[in-house]
Amino acid sequence: MRIPPSYILKRIGFLVAVLFTAATINFLIPKLAPRDPVQELINQKIAGGSLTSEGAAEFRDSLRTLYGLDKPLWQQYLTYIGNTMRFDLGYSIVNYPQRVSTIIGQTVFWTLGFVFTSTILAFLIGTVVGALVGWSKTSKWFSWLMPPLAMFSAIPGFILALVFIYYLAFKAQLFPLRGGYSVTIDKNWSDPQFLLSVLHHAALPGLSMLLVSVGGWSLGMRSMMVTVEGQDYITFAEAKGLKGSRIFFRYALRNTLLPQVTSLAMQLGLIVSGATLVESIFNYPGIGNRLGGAIRALDYPVIYGIVFFLVVGIALSTLIVDLIYPFLDPRISYSGG
Amino acid sequence: MQRGQGFRGFLNYIRRNPAFGGGLVLLLLLLLFSTVTTIFIPREGAYPLAVMPRQAPSAEYPFGTDSVGRDLLPTLIYGTQMTLSIGMIAGVIGLGVGTVLGFMTGYFGGLFDTIVKFLVDVLMTIPSFLLLIIIASSVPNPEEMGVVRMGLILSIVAWVQPTRAIRAQVMSMRERAFVMMAKLSGMSGMEIIIKELMPNLMPYLAISLAGAVNGGVLGSLGLQTLGIGNLREPSLGMTIYWLRYYNAFLQGYWWWIVEPVTVIAAIFIAFLLLSIGLDEFANPRTRRTV
Repeated sequence: MRIPPSYILKRIGFLVAVLFTAATINFLIPKLAPRDPVQELINQKIAGGSLTSEGAAEFRDSLRTLYGLDKPLWQQYLTYIGNTMRFDLGYSIVNYPQRVSTIIGQTVFWTLGFVFTSTILAFLIGTVVGALVGWSKTSKWFSWLMPPLAMFSAIPGFILALVFIYYLAFKAQLFPLRGGYSVTIDKNWSDPQFLLSVLHHAALPGLSMLLVSVGGWSLGMRSMMVTVEGQDYITFAEAKGLKGSRIFFRYALRNTLLPQVTSLAMQLGLIVSGATLVESIFNYPGIGNRLGGAIRALDYPVIYGIVFFLVVGIALSTLIVDLIYPFLDPRISYSGG
Repeated sequence: MQRGQGFRGFLNYIRRNPAFGGGLVLLLLLLLFSTVTTIFIPREGAYPLAVMPRQAPSAEYPFGTDSVGRDLLPTLIYGTQMTLSIGMIAGVIGLGVGTVLGFMTGYFGGLFDTIVKFLVDVLMTIPSFLLLIIIASSVPNPEEMGVVRMGLILSIVAWVQPTRAIRAQVMSMRERAFVMMAKLSGMSGMEIIIKELMPNLMPYLAISLAGAVNGGVLGSLGLQTLGIGNLREPSLGMTIYWLRYYNAFLQGYWWWIVEPVTVIAAIFIAFLLLSIGLDEFANPRTRRTV
């Protein structure tokens, strides 16, 4: 299968448009809002006693020059877009000499680890459960799984997380309450004891993410399965006398998996938003919790930088799925874009 | 739709569509809990220093109190009221804008459709929650942010999904025979939209409304849990923010955790049941006995 270049170009053009919109929103919103992060920082410092009101004016001017706030608006915009596209996201205001890109680098792998694992697990479990429930020749007992799964899918993960923390971590003491690893162990990635503690800490945040999405995957899979079961080629396969398991795996499952992959790409935004909140609840050292911290500290460059980074991640993943999809499904036509 | 008329017919319909009935009852209970009770329970108890802090549920404080001295019963009553109102404002505006844009673009097409479709596609890729974080964290005077302002902020993203869903429905209906008939009989585009398409899409509009209100509630809870918005008002999201801030887990204040979680879960389950029920109403063909 060859994908026409026009399809690829169209998708990449769309990606650029998404990034450009995200960067523009990041630039415009703070300009529209009559809120001055520099002044707020100075007020905080004066209130904290680390800055006298005489030094404030000078500090203010130097900060404004540093962030380019003394230049005309269009120039600021061009500089901002240029910097953003080179992934220069500026400096944190609260932890000053630290770059936003450094902060992202320190936290992103924590998030990727538990979010990726729980999403893949949820996708697999949900797809299998949904397929078994939807296929009419499996035990009716499977359908009892659906109501609780649907219920869990409706309740946001960070709300479930509160219950898990209280009952499983605080009461039963099966899991740690917060954080990404035990503070009593040295942070050493080659130490198996440290790795074990990382897994132990990731278990509850992962479970909160997993329970929420399993329901969605199984509901989607079930209705696809019901639709496919009514198709003529299934009846034909049965008439040919094929074994039930062969019809299930080769005929039904294969055809229902494709829409699931598409919705995986569509769900990414929701998954990332959910992970942000789950991390905040668990104080997990990931990018979402860092975003939460930046919001509380009014550290605007960090807020905008992390949001932009997440949008880039989601847009890139969507592009990859768009490009892989024609290989997975030979029936698809590319011209639609 | 159903045999029988009026309330009797409605009850008969509910019997065949228990999800819809369950969702309706649950939502009604939540509305009663957050409105009727306000006659007996004053709002003052929902603010810090109103009552003795850290009390487990008792005869005096049936829901217990938190560690800054909020009585949790009024906190949850007024919190539910605030959170549902925020969702309602966002949902109604979102659906309103989505309906207008969806019908305009889906029926007339053209350059306007191309622009709106592109915008919707872009906004579907950028997670609305992240967009909300940017907008809501930049709003001035968060300490004065009331229900209306929060609802308006959420409505900035609430129109995207309804626009997309309604546009797709209108496009699929545009070529049907009854629309052709209406065109031949000389009806104008606007007339066809209002007299022919709108009534046929009512169930879809109801589903979109449930989805948009649900999205508004979810968005407001998420923002408030991160500490964006009015920290003093007792909305449900802020209750979550404060129980996390004061580490209710480590102190073993189970009531402070279990109660808001139960109310929030009830809200989302009510919307889940309503949308399952409405979906069954809109697509009778999906009826099955799995």
